[in-house]
Amino acid sequence: MAIVSLREAINQAIDEEMARDERVFLMGEEVASYQGAYKVSQGLLQKWGPMRILDTPIAEAGFAGLGVGAAMVGLRPIVEFMTWNFSLVAYDQIVNNAAKMLSMSGGNFHVPIVFRGPGGAAHGLGATHSQALESIYAHIPGLKVVMPSTCKDAKGLLKTSIRDDNPIVFIESEVMYGDKGEIPDGEYTIPLGVGEVKKTGSDVTIVSWSKILAYVVWKAVDALQEELNISIEVIDPRTIKPMDYDLIVESVKKTNRLVIVEEGWPFAGVGAQISHEVSSRAFDYLDAPVERVTQEDVPLPYAHELEVRSLPSVDKIRAAVKKVLYRD
Amino acid sequence: MATKVLMPKLSDTMEEGVILKWLRKEGEKVKQGEILVEIESDKADMELEAYDSGILRKIVVPEGGKAPIGGLIAVIGEAEEDVASLLTGGSTPSEGKGATKSTAAQTEVKSLPAAAVPQPTGGKTKASPLARRLAGDHQVDLSRVHGSGPRGRIIKRDLEVLLSGKSAQRVSSSALIVPGTAEDLDLSPIRKTIAKRMAESKATAPHFYVTIEIDMDPARTFREQINTVTELKLSFTDIIIKATAAALMKHPQVNGSFLGDKMRQHHYAHIGVAVAMEEGLVTPVLRNCEQKRFDQINAELSDLADRARSRKLKPEEYTGATFTISNLGMFGIDTFAAIVNPPEGAILATGTIVEKPVVKAGQIVIGHTMKATLSSDHRIIDGAVAARFLQDFKMILENPASLVL
Amino acid sequence: MKTAAATVPTKQSTSRLLGLSRDTLMNWYDDMLLVRRFEEKCAQLYGMGRIMGFCHLYNGQEAVSTGAIKAAITADDYVITAYRDHGPAISKGVDPRKILAELLGKYTGTTKGKGGSMHIFDREKNFLGGHAIVGGHIPIAAGVGFAIKYRREKKLCLCFLGDGATNIGAFHEGLNLVGLWRLPVIYIIENNKYGMGTAVERASAVDELHKKALAYNIRSEVVDGMDVLEVYKKVKAAADRAKETYEPALLEIETYRFRGHSMSDPVHGHYRSKEEVEKRKQSDPILLFADTLKEEGMATDQDFEDAEKRIKKIVEECVEFTENSPEPPIEELWKDVYFERNGA
Repeated sequence: MAIVSLREAINQAIDEEMARDERVFLMGEEVASYQGAYKVSQGLLQKWGPMRILDTPIAEAGFAGLGVGAAMVGLRPIVEFMTWNFSLVAYDQIVNNAAKMLSMSGGNFHVPIVFRGPGGAAHGLGATHSQALESIYAHIPGLKVVMPSTCKDAKGLLKTSIRDDNPIVFIESEVMYGDKGEIPDGEYTIPLGVGEVKKTGSDVTIVSWSKILAYVVWKAVDALQEELNISIEVIDPRTIKPMDYDLIVESVKKTNRLVIVEEGWPFAGVGAQISHEVSSRAFDYLDAPVERVTQEDVPLPYAHELEVRSLPSVDKIRAAVKKVLYRD
Repeated sequence: MATKVLMPKLSDTMEEGVILKWLRKEGEKVKQGEILVEIESDKADMELEAYDSGILRKIVVPEGGKAPIGGLIAVIGEAEEDVASLLTGGSTPSEGKGATKSTAAQTEVKSLPAAAVPQPTGGKTKASPLARRLAGDHQVDLSRVHGSGPRGRIIKRDLEVLLSGKSAQRVSSSALIVPGTAEDLDLSPIRKTIAKRMAESKATAPHFYVTIEIDMDPARTFREQINTVTELKLSFTDIIIKATAAALMKHPQVNGSFLGDKMRQHHYAHIGVAVAMEEGLVTPVLRNCEQKRFDQINAELSDLADRARSRKLKPEEYTGATFTISNLGMFGIDTFAAIVNPPEGAILATGTIVEKPVVKAGQIVIGHTMKATLSSDHRIIDGAVAARFLQDFKMILENPASLVL
Repeated sequence: MKTAAATVPTKQSTSRLLGLSRDTLMNWYDDMLLVRRFEEKCAQLYGMGRIMGFCHLYNGQEAVSTGAIKAAITADDYVITAYRDHGPAISKGVDPRKILAELLGKYTGTTKGKGGSMHIFDREKNFLGGHAIVGGHIPIAAGVGFAIKYRREKKLCLCFLGDGATNIGAFHEGLNLVGLWRLPVIYIIENNKYGMGTAVERASAVDELHKKALAYNIRSEVVDGMDVLEVYKKVKAAADRAKETYEPALLEIETYRFRGHSMSDPVHGHYRSKEEVEKRKQSDPILLFADTLKEEGMATDQDFEDAEKRIKKIVEECVEFTENSPEPPIEELWKDVYFERNGA
């Protein structure tokens, strides 16, 4: 096992896959000579040259579409969005071209492309730079959506994503890039569509992913287990689509209570989807309705107190957990 | 020749019976002497044999139905015979409601957790899906469960509390108390009998009560000795029965009955021992206790008590007592006053054996005492008579070695 | 395709005919005629309710697809276009029977009946569709060019777009990338003067569309799209440069559509006068080409009659094939959503 930072883990994944398959290349804003806006692609230009590590102009629709075209004729592009907020400019290319090409062409052309970059709020970046957009990508048939919460998961999942023949939305978090974690030595991959029970428990199940899991849920788990004298089971789905419902249902059958904690907005969010699936598949095992902790249904403001109040917090998780335990 | 099958009198106090089970179907052959039907009396479940052979042409009172003593319950005849005329005779049977099952249960009010939330009136009961499933698995009627969740929702812990209390006793599904409401339950034959007799007793026999405290250390030692040295496993009740019998021989006035113009005094002790059942109380009788050895009393008492609880006593086994003993010591009761069982003259109520400081030879030591209360019918027993009986009872019990003579 | 009957002496090709052989030229003629007759059949079938949704016909623009695709590039080269794709697909060699089957939603269509008129694809023929979002395919073309350069191949990507598409963001971003990275992409603007119902000058700040290429450092020129030989000449030159030196190009090919924007759009009366349309029809590219061939002594009226018969037969084969084809089974609904390596 080695200790690396998240950016190093991602860097290794890209580097290893580029070595393994010459069709893999990386493009995005500042990924080459700037060494990456968040230093994720540091060192790669020097190693692989400007034909495989490409700085693009600020033209998300352009270079996302270019990636799709290259993938259609056999290359395996990694397209970096500096943040997923900017992907909205390329939403047409991702949804109407990448996601649908296989279906629309009746199987003629598939699109093995990975769109990756950081998503979600950082600190005081304002409404257009802080969005957690996984649900609007998970909504589209033909796309897969992956969101790791640890260094180990990030590297393993990114390698698998690059090898996958479908268009993949891979969402990281810039505030986590410096966080250290253990990764296994040598070659390893983690399959898509398989979640992980990050902590076993018996009284309530919490499902969460990405930054909110790493930064907020674990804190809440420590506090609440002590305060309420309960044992919490934590599930990290790791892949948002396809979602590992079986793992969650198995847990709910044991604990009878589910709280979903996510950074996205509530309306038609990923938590709403999980909630429906669980109530459908595990109806007779629920002792309380599924609770969600989400961002408030507002654009994220700049002022610090407002930003904090809008995002998921330990207090909000406490209230939700107590509610499903009927201890509120 | 067609014959009527009538409800028999199966106990001296029985007034009506409940059909438990027909052992033949309509149209089936019946042979004289075969068991035809099982009937519940006020005391026990009885089997009735067929007095005639033939075809069971008509079952007039079905299983669960009731009929008074002498009422028509069935007709036996030849296959082609016209039996219509027989069906009009006999008392009209009353449709029962499965009397064995819907009984007044000995209910315990459970203390429920959380704030009392008013039950939703009308409409479907609110319960979490999990609670619903648990209720289904355990055959619990949700409409009778208190919900502690929001807006009266029944949740898992409400079922858990209920089910853990349930296992403490065999409880029928109607035994779920909802605070603030009442429920009406049918009276079983036993309950009816107890009600009638006890009311009668209290109304007619002028009761008075005398209590005495008994040092039980000697009895404890005695019991230990016998249980260690012999194969026997004596209970305190066994010893109390023998002591009572011995005392009764010395005080026949307490062993009697008021007969209106006479009073009877028995020179034998048929002692009834009160046994609690789910549905009520029954008193199996140990006959001639004054002659029986400890081991005989021990075995008989065991057997009678078991069969009393499973309602398999024969009438001669619960009638004919000259005196009754009732014990509530197993519930921690130290004193109580029982009601005399007519036509007996008295009843002895014993309490629990208490470990407490006592004075022996001028010193305070740890001792074990038990209180016994004699309820007497003042028409034939006076205070001094009762007191002297108890004095002797105490002396015998405090000197158990005397019982082996 | 069969050659014309040998009742006419084969003449030496002229410079006007660019030294091309009779066979080649008659193949081009057949190609243009096939597109025309095919589109006419589509119009008929659409009117009968057999083709649903949108149907954008190529009538009048045949010289562009024949001259650029059939003539100027090879089978290895890639072609991508917007939704007026029947002509380009036929010129690229996609089986016209499968195209018609696709239009009628049959399982034997190019896209298993799941694409329809606007989504004709054929991997084998390097025909990359068939796209319905205006300008959405322009960056894809850049990507194809990128892949060619990445693999150091000697190929190009021909990307067709309409005059209206020059105003959308993807045009700017796609062409900028192509010009910046020097990708072997030739953008062909089929300027038929109208973006649906809006004339070019009402939509574009600069209506000499080829000038927009200046912003991207891409070489451009204007081409007469009614003259198949002209189209061929210009596209071929650009194609050679693209393959040799990875130099991109933009060709503004002036053409005209004789029918409405789509089958739901009137031929005239709404935004084009009847007179205008009639006048334009005088410059029918097929007739113009036939005249040129006759003038240069390469073919006679008989040849063209024979061609007519030939093409008619092909179109009838298309119809028969389509009518005898089944619709896609229901299970197809869930296929081709995600790609699994071993099929499905």
